[in-house]
This record gives sequence, C-alpha cells and structure tokens, in this order.
Amino acid sequence: MTSIVQQPESGIDIGRRRFMTGAAGFTFGLATGLPILGSTTGAAHAATEGNALSPWVTIYGDGTIAIMSPAAEMGQGSLTSLPLILAEELDADWAKVRVVPAPPIEKIYGNPGFNGLMYTAGSFAVNGYFKALRTFGAQVRMVLLHNAAQKWNVPVAELSTGPSVVVHSKSGQRISYGELAAFAVVPDKAPEIKPEQLKKTSEFRLIGHDVQRVELPHKVNGTAQYSIDAQVPGMIYAAVLRSPVEGGAPETVDDSGARDIEGFIGTVRLPYGIGVLASAPWAALKGKSALKVTWTRGGKAWDHSSEKGFRDFAATARDESQTGISWEKVGDAASAMKQAAGVLEAEYLCDYAYHAQMEPLNSIASVSAAGDAVEIWCGTQSQSMACAAAAKALAIPYEKVKFNGMLLGGGFGRRGHRDEEFVVESVLLSKEAKRPVKLLWTREDDVRNGRFRPIYVQRLRAGFDGQGHIVAWHHRIVCDQVLAFQDPERYKLFKGADGIALRGGELKTYDIPNRYAEGILVDTGVRTSSLRGIGVGPTKFAIEAFLDEVATQRGIDPVALRLELLKDQPRATAVVEEVARMAEWGKKRQDGRALGFAYIDYTGSQLGGIAEVSVDRASGVIRVHKFWCTIDCGIAIQPDNVIAQTESSIVYGLGLALTERITFHDGAISETNFHNYPVPRMRDVPEMIIKLMPTDNHPTGAGQMSTPLVAPAIANAVFQLTGVRLRHAPMLPEKVKQALLEADRKVA
Amino acid sequence: MSQMTTTSLIINGKRQSVTALPDTPLMWILREDLKLTGTKFGCGVGQCGACMVHVDGKSVFSCLLPIKDMAGRSITTIEGLSPNSTHKLQKAWIAEQVPQCGYCQSGQIMRAADLLKNNPRPTREQIVEHMSTNICRCGTYARIVRAIERAAKEA
Repeated sequence: MTSIVQQPESGIDIGRRRFMTGAAGFTFGLATGLPILGSTTGAAHAATEGNALSPWVTIYGDGTIAIMSPAAEMGQGSLTSLPLILAEELDADWAKVRVVPAPPIEKIYGNPGFNGLMYTAGSFAVNGYFKALRTFGAQVRMVLLHNAAQKWNVPVAELSTGPSVVVHSKSGQRISYGELAAFAVVPDKAPEIKPEQLKKTSEFRLIGHDVQRVELPHKVNGTAQYSIDAQVPGMIYAAVLRSPVEGGAPETVDDSGARDIEGFIGTVRLPYGIGVLASAPWAALKGKSALKVTWTRGGKAWDHSSEKGFRDFAATARDESQTGISWEKVGDAASAMKQAAGVLEAEYLCDYAYHAQMEPLNSIASVSAAGDAVEIWCGTQSQSMACAAAAKALAIPYEKVKFNGMLLGGGFGRRGHRDEEFVVESVLLSKEAKRPVKLLWTREDDVRNGRFRPIYVQRLRAGFDGQGHIVAWHHRIVCDQVLAFQDPERYKLFKGADGIALRGGELKTYDIPNRYAEGILVDTGVRTSSLRGIGVGPTKFAIEAFLDEVATQRGIDPVALRLELLKDQPRATAVVEEVARMAEWGKKRQDGRALGFAYIDYTGSQLGGIAEVSVDRASGVIRVHKFWCTIDCGIAIQPDNVIAQTESSIVYGLGLALTERITFHDGAISETNFHNYPVPRMRDVPEMIIKLMPTDNHPTGAGQMSTPLVAPAIANAVFQLTGVRLRHAPMLPEKVKQALLEADRKVA
Repeated sequence: MSQMTTTSLIINGKRQSVTALPDTPLMWILREDLKLTGTKFGCGVGQCGACMVHVDGKSVFSCLLPIKDMAGRSITTIEGLSPNSTHKLQKAWIAEQVPQCGYCQSGQIMRAADLLKNNPRPTREQIVEHMSTNICRCGTYARIVRAIERAAKEA
C-alpha cells in the first residue's frame, strides 16, 4: 500500500550529505546511513535505516522506497504524479513507494522548468520536472544495477530490472532493491544517462496507467491535514481587519467592543490593518467584527472602480497612439492590415474574478522567543517563497525558517505570490504575541482582501485577402498589470511583458502570416493575481469568439475555419476533428439549443471544446447542457487524473463564463461571500463528455487547460441560437437579457 | 459582556462538555476544541456546506449552529461516520476517485449520507437537487454523482 507521510518531523539533514553534480546538472546525493525520512509514518521504519541513494530517493531494507515530491498538492495530483515519473525509470514497485513532501531546498528540488523555483503553478509541475525526474530515477536504477553486477561478478549489460528487483536471467539470480540497498555503494559521481537509456513510452508500466492518488484515502475520512487543521502547543488565534482598499493604513482604532469578549487577548497594529489575538477562533472573529477603525487613503486605488477601469481601458485600447509591449510579433501585421481587402474589428471585455479556493487563507507561525527563528505551517504554492518571505519579515536567514508544508484546500494561483502575505501576517502576529499564532481569514476577508484576475479590454482586428483568408491580425490587450504585483522578481525576467496577464495572446498554431499581439498593463493600484487559466482565459475568450465572427462574416462553418487555419498542425487538427465528431457538430439541435465551438493551444496542450446551450430569454439565464472536450497534453502521466482535471477546469470555466464577477466601487470590493459571488453548484454543471487523446510528446500540462475553452464556446453557441454576440464575460443574465432586447429592437 | 458557558452534547456517540462563548458556531467547537478537523470552515454563512455534520441524524451547516443550542443534541461528524472509512459512500468516493483538493469532501459525504439514509435509491435529479447545497470549487460534481449512484447500487 502506498502511503503518504507528512513533512518529516526532524526534517532532512541535508548539511550532512555530500553532493555531486550529476550528469544532468542536478545534484545527486552521495550518502549512506543518513537520517530516516518520514518519521511521522510511525513505527514502520523507525528502527530501520534507509540507504539514501539520492536526495530524491531512499531505499529501505524492507523494500520501501521513499521518493520526494517537490510540488504543492492542491488537488491537481502532483504529489502522486511526480514521484510516479521517477518510480517509472527506477523501475520501482509502486506498491512499495512512500511519497515524502520535499523540503524547501530550491537548488535540489526546484522546478527546472520554472527557473529552479519551488513553485507549483501554470500546470507546469509535470511539464517542468518530467525530464529531470526520469533522469534521477534512471540514475538510481543504474547505481543499483552496478552494485548487483559487482556482487554477482557479471557484466552490467546482462542485467535487467523488474518492479523493484534486479535480474540476471542467464544465471537466474534475482535480488530485490531492498536487499541491494543494505549494501549498495553510491558512486562519487552520478552515472550519466543518455536519452536512449530511458524507457520508451511503450515500456511504461506506471506512466499512462492510473494509480490511486496517494493522499486520497485521507480525503474521505477527515484525516487529510490542511494548515487550518494544524494545532500547535500554546497556540492562540488571530483575525485581522485589513484596509478595504489596497494601500490604506489604520488611522484611528477603537477596540473597546472587543475588550468585552471573553478570550480576547489584545490587538496588534500591522501596516495595513489591525490584528486581534484571542484564545479561541470565535473570540478572535468576534473581536475583529467589534473593531472600529478608520483608514488613511494611501495607495492609488481609492477612486478605482470596475466601471472606471473599463472606461479608461477602452479609451486606451482605442487610442492607437499608445503603443503596448509586444507579446507576439510574426511578419508585418501593420502593413498587411493596410493592404487588406477587408477588415473586421471587435472589442471584448472581462470582469475581475476571484479564486474562491474552498479553504480560506490561513497560516500558523511560531516565532522563537529571541525572534531569530520561526516555524510555519501553511498551504502554499511555493514552499521556498513562503520561507523566504518569512525570513525577510524577521530579517533572519532562510535556514532559520522551519517549514511544514500542508495540503492546500485549493490554490488556483492565490497562494503563489512572492510576498506570501498571509504567511508573513501570521509571522508578524506571532512575533508580537510571543506565542504560536493560528491566523484565520474568513471567507469575507478572503474576498475583501483578495487578489483578482484583472479586468480586460481587448480590441481585435483581422485583415482579409480577396478570398476572405486572414492575412493580418492585430490584438490589443489592455488590463491591470499582474506579474509586476504578484512577483516582481519573475516580472524582471519577462522584461515588462506580463507573462501572466498576456498569456494566450500568442497564436502559435494558427496559420496567420502577419500577426501582432501587444499588451498595455495598467497599474490601477488594485491587487491582482494569476487565476486558473491566467491570461489565457480572457485572451482566448476574445480570440475564439472573434474567430467565430470571422467565420460568420466569411460565411463558413466555424470548425471548418479552424481546420483551415490548423491545416499544418496534425495534433490540433486531431482534437478539433474528434470533438466535432463526438458532438455531432453540424447536426441541428432541437428544443431551443445550439452548439458553439472553441479551440485552444495552451502552452502546447491541444484542446477542442463544444458547448450545447439554451437561453431563457425572459431572464437572460444561459444554461449549458453538455460540454464536449478533447485534450492532447502529450504523455498523460495519470490518464484518469487528466480527465478529472479537465472536468474540474470546465466547471471552473463555467463559473468564470457565466456568474463570477468581482466589482470594485471606490477602491473596495462589493462582493462578500458565495451568495453574491456565485460559483457553479452541482445543478449548474453540464454533462461533460471528455476524450483524452494522449500522444508521445513531452507532457504539456492538464490542470487548467480546458478552463479558457468554456466562455468562447458558450458565447459562440449563444450566437448560433440567437444571432447575438456576447462580448463581455461573465455573461450575466441581466447583460444577456439586455443584449437580446437590443437585438430585438434593431430587428423591429 | 460576552462570557463563556459550558455545554454538554454527544459527539460521535460520546458525551462531551465544552466551555465557549455561547454563540460560538458548532463548527469551531468541533474543529478547535475537539480536534475533529474533518469538518471544515468554508464560508461561515451556510452557503458552501464544507462544515456539514449530522445533528440528530440530519445534515446541517455546523457553521450556523450556536453551541448554546446544542445541549443534549447528538452530533455525527465525518470522523464518526464509520470506523476505518468503511461507509459505502467513502468506499464509492475512492472507487470513483472523487476528491481533488479534498477540502469540501467531508461535507459532501455527510450530505450524501443523509440523502441515502432517507432515500436509498435516489434518481439522478434527486441527487443533484439534494447535493446542490454544497460547493466543490474543484468541480468534482460529476464524480460525486457517480459515487452516490455507485453506493446506492451497492446498498
């Protein structure tokens, strides 16, 4: 039985290891008799000592193989899929594998695809770690083979492996990995692994074959541990009343109401709010509600509103004297546009959106009496950012932060900001309280002090030749900046091109010879964030709905248009053709329903989506009855999990497309909780028909890829049904109703 | 002045006595006083269902129930649903690989258990209507339906 262990209690004493630079340029551990991993699993291994063959793998005498998992687990399944990749090349018996969350040591466990950050985002865990983990697995297997060869005095070439066993078929000798680990000697230098020494995809026995996610049994009986569940001896509770507007600070504070509450301990002034300390969570929350605070009007967001944002952004988008930052430039779009026989233009809008992860933000910190060390318990998308932010807050070395990584009750981009503000908040409160503090955000705090997907105004223009083919493409994206706020360090790498906000503006697979996508990032002073689908959501909504308009103008079928634009892209063509076949595209629907189509290339993953919708004209409510989706994400590590993530992404996309809107007025957020920020419930969810179409290509991600398909597919279906173009997401009932009425008026 | 009082209630078959502010929601008592953390805090206003438990056999939002009203009541949490995760719904949840982040799933299972107890063979429409009290932000709804149907069949 595979089992998950919590963060090793004693940590792993990396300092006692010697590291060699391995063939692939990654560190490779050289050690025997190291401290035991995963002591929290209990007695199973308490008395045995494993052989740490690399910082990633320890093999125990009983055959148990502990494999480090470097990613945060927030429901996407990386905790299982990353070790599975290593286990594949190690040829491990998965039943004997124990997954251990990796400690926050970037130089060993950082994602090679994310500049070495320990950062779980962008559906990039498998994508970024895939090659490295295969190499690590193969290296350890090679070490085991060499040790067996030496023991039996036979050439390595005569040996093979089965699940956790080395076999010499000539002599019929076999030795298990566990037996080998008892005496295996690890070389000074990690063995070099050439690509041809890795398994062929046809030889995989773990990758592409579903295994149960390791933490799942804990998620049906209440034993899964999220940071909000942790308790620490001597711990007190905290809630914080923060400025309603970014940049505000407490001016006057009246906490007399809180003082009457039994359990209230005191308040702590933070730069942007007032923390309430109490002996029980309810006393802290009540105390916070009883505070009377006025705020200074620092920052620049105080006069910001969604309405003003749309107005200003639209003016900017239309004013072509304002040039943006180039996101994608192919050919000469400006000249081609001038020479075009015809031009089509449209403007698309998206509102602010909120993550709404089920677990409101929280964190536990215990600062040492001297203030020179801290232990934290948190659910973060970046273990190393959390530690670095905590260290910075206390001006202590990184190594003085003891990190306890917990499961995340959803992430969706909210927990991967460089400042890790909710973790730091708990650290500051613990420092003041001189005790361990469990910081709780309520749902209302999570909304009010949320960080949001920005608003977008996008202008698209397509230029056509005499036959109606697109020869020029110009996409202007105006939105609140994201990366500069979320992660100033990574922002520098992008040299001003906001890799979160503008992602998706590129058209890598469409055969359009001249195209230019540019972004104008606005600092409105509001807090922004990556959110599932990031910029791909808004940009592909605009692109795929606009292409539907192009098809209409040209008088051809929208799927036929895509197939024409994708004629040199076999993978894209395959997903488009298959989804059209599955949905019986072209067959007219009855009962006031119609279909809409969208295709996207999301960082290499290829997806086709078709929505079947109806519209209640009286209320403007759009109902999605069915959603068909095809996905080719290259090699699918855990096929059923890819399907699960695709279902999940579609449901998430449904909310963003139809109901989810954050509204700013006077710099503050109008919504408060799920009653006025409605996310999809079971009754809202369409029947989903999903086909995974894996190929032998490098895995390109599955955790959010279908989210951006949903809004354009719905908008295009509504056009089929009503002849009305919906160019503003979410497509809220009142807006839909209005659009339908206006269209009726025009006809009349 | 807001003062603590003591309440006696039955949690997972065991009599417990807790001292807390009288308007403290049962959810916080379960989680922080009794360390039954399978019951989750999600919204605090009875909108999401992550806090669902059974009170006298019926599924309720424990975030809406002041502890002072719980005197003598019998409460079942996810931890008390079955010994060793053997409830047919828990087994079906694993068989259908339902959970993703997992945070809402205790509440979903408690809600579903209430349904099957009163309606052992629910139609799909009945399942959807009954379960729409609970939010799963990971969107595992299709699998929840399948798991409930599987458990109902195995009943």
